Order: sequence, then structure tokens, then C-alpha cells
Amino acid sequence: MDSALIPEGVKRCSFGKFMVFISIVSAVLLWGVYAMLLCWLKGLNQTNMNDYYGFALWIWADLAVIALGGGAFFSGFLKYLVGKDELKNIINYAVLIGFICYSSALLILAIDIGQPLRGWFIFWHANVHSMLTEVAFCLSCYFGVLCIEYIPLVLENRQLNKVPFFHNFAHNLHEIMAVFAATGAFLSFFHQGSLGGVAGVLFGRPFAYREGVFVWPWTFFLFTWSAAAFGPCFTLSLTKLLEKISGKKLVKDNVIELLAKISGWMIFTYTIAKIADTYYWAVVTAPGKGQTLMEFYTGNAFYGIWILVLEVIIGGLIPGLILITNKGRKNKYLLTTAIILACIGVSVNRWVMVLQVMAVPVMPFDTWALYYPSWQEVATTILPVAYGVLLIGISYRYMPIFPQERELNPID
Amino acid sequence: MFPGFFEWIWDGGHMLFMGALWYALSIIGMGLTFCLIKSAIETQQGKGSHHGDGHGHH
Repeated sequence: MDSALIPEGVKRCSFGKFMVFISIVSAVLLWGVYAMLLCWLKGLNQTNMNDYYGFALWIWADLAVIALGGGAFFSGFLKYLVGKDELKNIINYAVLIGFICYSSALLILAIDIGQPLRGWFIFWHANVHSMLTEVAFCLSCYFGVLCIEYIPLVLENRQLNKVPFFHNFAHNLHEIMAVFAATGAFLSFFHQGSLGGVAGVLFGRPFAYREGVFVWPWTFFLFTWSAAAFGPCFTLSLTKLLEKISGKKLVKDNVIELLAKISGWMIFTYTIAKIADTYYWAVVTAPGKGQTLMEFYTGNAFYGIWILVLEVIIGGLIPGLILITNKGRKNKYLLTTAIILACIGVSVNRWVMVLQVMAVPVMPFDTWALYYPSWQEVATTILPVAYGVLLIGISYRYMPIFPQERELNPID
Repeated sequence: MFPGFFEWIWDGGHMLFMGALWYALSIIGMGLTFCLIKSAIETQQGKGSHHGDGHGHH
């Protein structure tokens, strides 16, 4: 039964081995589900959220997965709208990762609102002056787009594809995928931006506040830019990881290098913009609000200037410089280092813009307020990771995710 | 929320936000409906009855 579902011409591990893997990951998943149910049944008192922290650890995870999942919309944009046809060999995986990231983000939000049965309120009783309303709208719509992009992959399973309607449906979805990809790019531009906008408009918090254009603070544009820049690096990282685990080459080097090059230039230009933004904020915006740069990085046990260096230099400038050079992309160790550093860099950026914002004292009598998550928060933050591993495992086994796999790994 | 609903106000915010939401949902919905109907018609015409192994379209 199992072998009949595996795509033809490719080799997979034994079913027993696969089930051991599924069982281990499912145990972690169940731990997260238990914590999630605690939050739903007993309430948000299961978390360590307080008057300082209206956003918990999982909101950082939420923003991080949305940024890392940006590889889906940007790869789709490059393939369907810009015409980078080589990316067809990695787009399925980018879509799968995007699907996992965005479904995880919605799951996290469903936990965060405490009352998931009232989740539809944000659509029907919308506060049209809130950036988060725009995020909710675009996130939900874009998840719909990702489902549409993921459905053909499922329907191309060897057995499902034998059903004529499924075969035709998958084919027809592919035919108009450019429309969905364009819609996805449009939606992503706004929700990624609005997530940055949420921090940038906090005029009572000089650490986050930025000036900007019309209603959009600079963080709006920096968040969109960074998601498009760093998202493909996450796709590349997970491709490399899957290649390592499966012991097979799944995507040709020219495809990897093309995506790495585009990502590299995006990261490099983003980092220049980020440095300019940081400089202006440090010498004009923050002093104008009564605080100095070093007040944000001293006087506490955790946040030092190291976090700014980690975010902008180690996780931004260095991977950007590596990826824009031909030598850097061709050296597999440098390439792997760069894409991992890039993923760390964007995750640190989201951490800073969610958690450090709330830790920094804003009143003369105020002190730093560091955040320690409860185990329920940690478990519900790990939950999407386990879910993602599970879905990648199942999708890789039963769906033709990598079009070049057969060619790169011929079976005698 | 639709125009006419008791919370609806005819202002720029509502028209822009809700208009963009319904616009995006319409494109997604129409695209999906088009594919479903086209696939049903093609299936009735016998298209896609004999085909390969699932490495079809990319």
C-alpha cells in the first residue's frame, strides 16, 4: 500500500523507519497540542504574559515564521511574474514551507486570541484603523492562496493523480497559477509590511518608533524587504537539510545559486537600508523622544549591543556579502553558513521588534522588564516546528516535490 | 462586513479595507471556481483518463 503511494522513479526509506520518525515527531506534536488545549480550556493565565508583555514568546515565533515563509511569495513572484523559470525546480518546496509557516502562524494566532471561536470577529467587526486588521485579512487570504498552490502537489500524488477529475483540477490550477501568485505577492507585501508597521507606529516606545511616508513608518518597508530577502534563505536551508537527511541531491546547483544570488542582493541592499534606518533612529528619532542609543542596550542582564551586531552585521551584512559573490555561492560551506546566518538574522530582527520593544523602560521610574515564557508557551512555540517536520516528511515521501530528483538520483 | 451591516460606515477606511478584502477573496474564489468548473467539464469529456505517474506539471 505504502509503496504504491510513493512517486515513481524515486527511492524512499522503509515504511517501518518512516513510522518511527512519524511517532517521535508526533510525540512532540502532542506535547504542544496538550499545552495549546491548556491555553484554550484554562485561559491565557497559562502563559507568563502580563501588563508589560501583551505579546508572548509565540508572537515572536509568529513573526519569525511569517518572515521565513516569505520564500514562498517571493519565489512565486520571481517564477510567475518575473519569469525566472529555473525556479520551477524549487518552487514546490518553497510553497510547502510557506504553507507550513502560514498555517503555523494562524494556529499561533488562534492560541493567542484565547477564544478561537471568536476568531471571525476580526473580519466581521473589523477595526479598519488597525494595522493588525490588515495583517489578519492578508494573512488569511494569503493562506488561502497557499492552499491553492499546495493542492496541486497533493493531487499529483501517484494514486490521486489517477482520478481524472483530480488530474484535470491540478492541471487547471497550474494553468492559472500566475494569477494566484500575483495575488499572493500583493497580499504578502501588505501583511509583511503591516507587521513592521505595528512596531513602527508605537510613538510611546522610542525603541520601536520610526518616521516614514504617509501612514507607513520605515519599518513597514523594511519588514517586507527583509521577508523577501531572507525567506528564500530559509527555503534553501531546509533544502540543504533535507538533502543531508535523505543523503540525496534534490535540486541542481544552478537553481540553488540563482535563488541564493537574488536573495543575496536583496539581503545586501536591505542591510544598507537597515543601517541607514538605524543610524537615523539613533541620532535623530530616539534622541528626539528623549532617549539615547545606549539606553536601549545597557542596564539589564540580557540585551546588550551584541544583539544589534548579531542582527545587522552577522545576520545581515555578512550573509549578504557572501551570497552576492560568485565564490561565496559556489563554496558549499560558505553558502550553508550564509543561509543559516541569514535565517538567524531575520529571526533576531523579529525578536527585537517584538520582545525587546516591551523590555526597554520608557519612563524615568521604569526598569527593564525581561520576559520568561512558561512551559506552555515553549510547547506551543515548538508545536509548529513538529507540525512542519511532520508535513515535510509526509509530503516528501508521497508527493513529487522535487522535479529534478529522478534525474539527479537515477535508480538502476 | 458588508455595506448595510449596522457597523458599516461609508468612510475611506471601511471602503479601502473591506473593499480590498472582498476584492482579494473574489479573485481567489473566482479562480478556484473557474478551475473546478473547467475540470468537471473536461472530466465529463473524458480528458485526463489515461495519464502518467504524477510528475506532470511544474
